[in-house]
Amino acid sequence: MTVAADADAAAANADARPCLTVVRPGLFATIQDLGRFGYQELGMPVAGALDPLALRLANALAGNPPGTAGLEIALLGPVLRVDAGSVRVAAAGPLAMTLERPGQAPEVLAPHRSHTLRRGDLLRLGAVEGAAVACLAVAGGFALEPVLGSLSTYVRAGVGPLGGRPLADGDRLPLGRGEAPAGPDVELPQPPDYGTGPLRVVLGPQEDRFTEAAVATFLSAPYRVGKEADRMGLRLEGPALEHRGTADIPSDGLVTGSVQVPGSGQPILLLNDHQTAGGYAKIATVISADLPRAGRLRPGDALSFRAVAVEEAEAIRRRQEQAIAAWIQAIRPARPAGGIDLEALYAENLISGTVDIVNGGSDLPLA
Amino acid sequence: MDVRFTSAGDTAFNVEFGEAIDRATNARVMALHARLKADPPPGLVETVPTFRSLLVVYDPVATGRREVQAAVEAALAGSTAVPAAGRSWRLPVCYDPELGPDLAGLAGALGLAAERLAALHGAPEYFVYMLGFMPGFGYMGDLPAELERPRRREPRLRVPAGSVAIAGRLTTVYPWESPGGWHLIGRCPVPLYDGGRPEPVLLAAGDRVRFEAVDRAAFDRIAGEVAEGRFDPAGLRAAP
Repeated sequence: MTVAADADAAAANADARPCLTVVRPGLFATIQDLGRFGYQELGMPVAGALDPLALRLANALAGNPPGTAGLEIALLGPVLRVDAGSVRVAAAGPLAMTLERPGQAPEVLAPHRSHTLRRGDLLRLGAVEGAAVACLAVAGGFALEPVLGSLSTYVRAGVGPLGGRPLADGDRLPLGRGEAPAGPDVELPQPPDYGTGPLRVVLGPQEDRFTEAAVATFLSAPYRVGKEADRMGLRLEGPALEHRGTADIPSDGLVTGSVQVPGSGQPILLLNDHQTAGGYAKIATVISADLPRAGRLRPGDALSFRAVAVEEAEAIRRRQEQAIAAWIQAIRPARPAGGIDLEALYAENLISGTVDIVNGGSDLPLA
Repeated sequence: MDVRFTSAGDTAFNVEFGEAIDRATNARVMALHARLKADPPPGLVETVPTFRSLLVVYDPVATGRREVQAAVEAALAGSTAVPAAGRSWRLPVCYDPELGPDLAGLAGALGLAAERLAALHGAPEYFVYMLGFMPGFGYMGDLPAELERPRRREPRLRVPAGSVAIAGRLTTVYPWESPGGWHLIGRCPVPLYDGGRPEPVLLAAGDRVRFEAVDRAAFDRIAGEVAEGRFDPAGLRAAP
């Protein structure tokens, strides 16, 4: 066999690998998992899904472990073609989706439930409305090589899968499995509850670098997300916060949720692509339970802050984890509005012979 | 000596060893970093050393601030294990006005000849205090006092990758093209970050670095070897 023939065979094999092919890239879709921890000492940002709750729920709907990498979609999503026998997908967040199946009228697909697509289907991901991002998970995840232990994409330095960049025309996203899992599509009974009210913060680490009036203002005034808002952070507009002395400190570590205040007095809420260290005093840190809300903020959104103690923040987070576990527990076979999803039901019957249309998993015989 | 704990929300806290940027303070940071790395308490995610403090990141679902801080206090009280000796590097740098666009202006402002500035910069063995700003960006000190200048008033929007730069009592090599406010005095042909290497980031906190002046021909030759994938940065490791 010649080298050229070898190359052809390899190319044919690559083409045969199950994948989603990017027909149109959308405006800013990246592959993200729950973050690249463990390398911040090398200056490597954590990155990861801005709305980790959405990624976890989408993964649960797709039957994946919570940290499986999915697509994070901002503004306007990509158009993907199914080049696999079948694939199960699920979105979480306010994402418009349309299925274009050859020979059929386009069908609107709802988020917060899974959908089983087949070869040749076009999945058109539309606008993300009401939040900065939404997530799409695929059952089995993407068969991509992790970079430093993670499939998160850090675009600024080109670190991650696809060379660390957003989706582009013609990208082939290899799938971890060539066929959708058996069993019916599933749904969340209700969309997730992100909570309302002020974002909760723990004061510090440098609240003592601000005047008492500045701390009081920060915890009471309305702020708004400015135009400069990206995966690194959100510049906030509102009352300026006065430092005691200079805004500069010896650079120290940052976390997602750090609220740093440069000399201008206008706070910056840092998000997942934040630098690992920074030299501006930080007045407070958004608690981990409220980071999914923070990650969904868009320019123009209003926000305010309320202080809690560290122990309270930890307790809130643990309660939130229990709530998330309960939502995931409540995932059930999907039923479209107005009746039973007969297609899913028949598919399930063909595979297992039985299905419980109410609770799933019982042995009520139907066929 | 007093240690201060400050909160960074419910997933991290800082262990502060003072306000000063000096070797003695940083050695305490690195010692605690090494101890927690060798014997991590349950629920520890990672620790991030900076000039004078260690950021301790934990999972609040698996553990809590009280437990992790207790473990840190025990580690602080324990044996004063010294951090592993850092590695020693010799990084080539070409002090060419074309590659270091601030070289001439800065030399003028400091009342030095450009050659003298380059010689002063190349004289010390620098210590990598910490990495940050971008993956692989090392904050190295201490720069000779004669070269101390504040950052540029107007940061550049695009600093070329490999730029060797100074600000305050620190020096660095930009691993990426990025915005930057430091003064650019030369260029290093060896990438400080290379995703194709098993360990993409060259330097680590605690390493030591000497700059070795090379002429333009040597710079171009090394840059060519790097581009062709023939350059092994292990050759830059100095014998201990």
